[in-house]
Amino acid sequence: MAAIAIDCREGLSEADADRLRAGDSVELTGRVISLRDASAARLARAIEAGEPLPVSLTQQILYAVGPSPPKPGQVIGSAGPTTTARMVRYMPSLFRAGVRAIIGKGELHGDEVAPFLTHRAVYFASIGGLGALLAKQITAASVVAYEDLGAEALYALDIVTFPSVVIIDRHGDNFHERVRAEWAARKF
Amino acid sequence: MNDRRGGPPGPAIREIDVATLRETIARLIVEANYNIPPDILHALRESIQCEESELGRRTLEQLVRNYEIAAAERLPVCQDSGVAVVMMEVGQDVHWTGGSMQEAIFEGVREGTRAGYLRWSVTGDPTRMLKTAGGDAPAVIHVDIVPGAAVKITFASKGFGAENMSALRMFVPADGVEAIRSLVVDTVDRAGANACPPVIVGVGVGGTFETAALLAKKAVLRPIDIRHPRADLCELERALLDDVNALGVGPQGLGGRITALAVNVEVYPTHIAGLPVAVNLGCHSTRRLSTTI
Repeated sequence: MAAIAIDCREGLSEADADRLRAGDSVELTGRVISLRDASAARLARAIEAGEPLPVSLTQQILYAVGPSPPKPGQVIGSAGPTTTARMVRYMPSLFRAGVRAIIGKGELHGDEVAPFLTHRAVYFASIGGLGALLAKQITAASVVAYEDLGAEALYALDIVTFPSVVIIDRHGDNFHERVRAEWAARKF
Repeated sequence: MNDRRGGPPGPAIREIDVATLRETIARLIVEANYNIPPDILHALRESIQCEESELGRRTLEQLVRNYEIAAAERLPVCQDSGVAVVMMEVGQDVHWTGGSMQEAIFEGVREGTRAGYLRWSVTGDPTRMLKTAGGDAPAVIHVDIVPGAAVKITFASKGFGAENMSALRMFVPADGVEAIRSLVVDTVDRAGANACPPVIVGVGVGGTFETAALLAKKAVLRPIDIRHPRADLCELERALLDDVNALGVGPQGLGGRITALAVNVEVYPTHIAGLPVAVNLGCHSTRRLSTTI
């Protein structure tokens, strides 16, 4: 099954968000903003306080990652996804501020899924532990805010054919839950 | 010279400069983060043949490719270089010279982290209540004192995707082996994709509260091509692996048969009233490297 090419230079378009289905393999090309525990907390606080934001979040895709430092000549160090569930409590704020999709890793269930459904956001999961390989799909990286947070700073990342899988779509389907049920039911 | 104060001559004391330890740790942390253990890489390659799910197979192939690239280009296999866990078996005839053994390990971790372009993944204050970074202890150290004059070090970079999904329960004797089984299966099931499957499952049974956790850590760091020497525990490991792989979690939770590469069990005597069980999960890139000084 060929991957669906997604142009995310201006974030995730309304049309793309609508057409994606849980289980779709995608390749994203464009720009994403990094997110991690500390930066998510700070960003959510700023949103709740009505402060000006350091970067526009309108229809933005956030990538849950805390990269390794780059070696000389590298754009970025190893840069695979981190566990999305840890940052779910900040999602309602982030989604209200315009965020349309999250790229991370791991599963979301029940209450963790609710903010995605409420705000019609899309959840993509990439392969955890693919740090060296995924770094090659990142062609530019620059800190846009919160530099004091080190690896947890907000980075603007230019990505090219960045591989991911749609886990939660706008129609409420949860790919992890669906495949788990299918495979658990099979005879070994 | 030995000063035995008139006692019978014993084995010679071996002096080791802590600088040797510092240099060893600095090397181990870099090499462990660039090179996945050969037994895990071998198991991942083998598992591609066994995985029935096409998406699962593709995922496993990507993992192997990542490890090949990381080794060839000398890059961290994962951005989460984790907490440095240093397991030491220190011969009782060893005498450290030249400074603090603990500080030498910490400094080795700092040096290797810088030299290897590894991410600094430790916060000084776990409560996050301090305004400053807090203390600086970039490694967790476990020391066993053993006979002899050698120092065996098993170094691990323990990522927290899997560590966060680990569990410990204090069961009672009446709960029996079924309690071990249920905690192992429930923990892997609950962890799902978050622990970066295919996982390695370390199970610690016995001792006291903290013994079980430490045994589970030792178990998860045992090479996965080595089964427990006790026949009944070897059989338990195989049965638990089958149970876990029947969950259908699959590589990265995308469905399939290969949820775990191995279940390793370690045991220790415990109280007649108790059955402590800990399950420590390791991701597919459970980075460990051993050496002897």
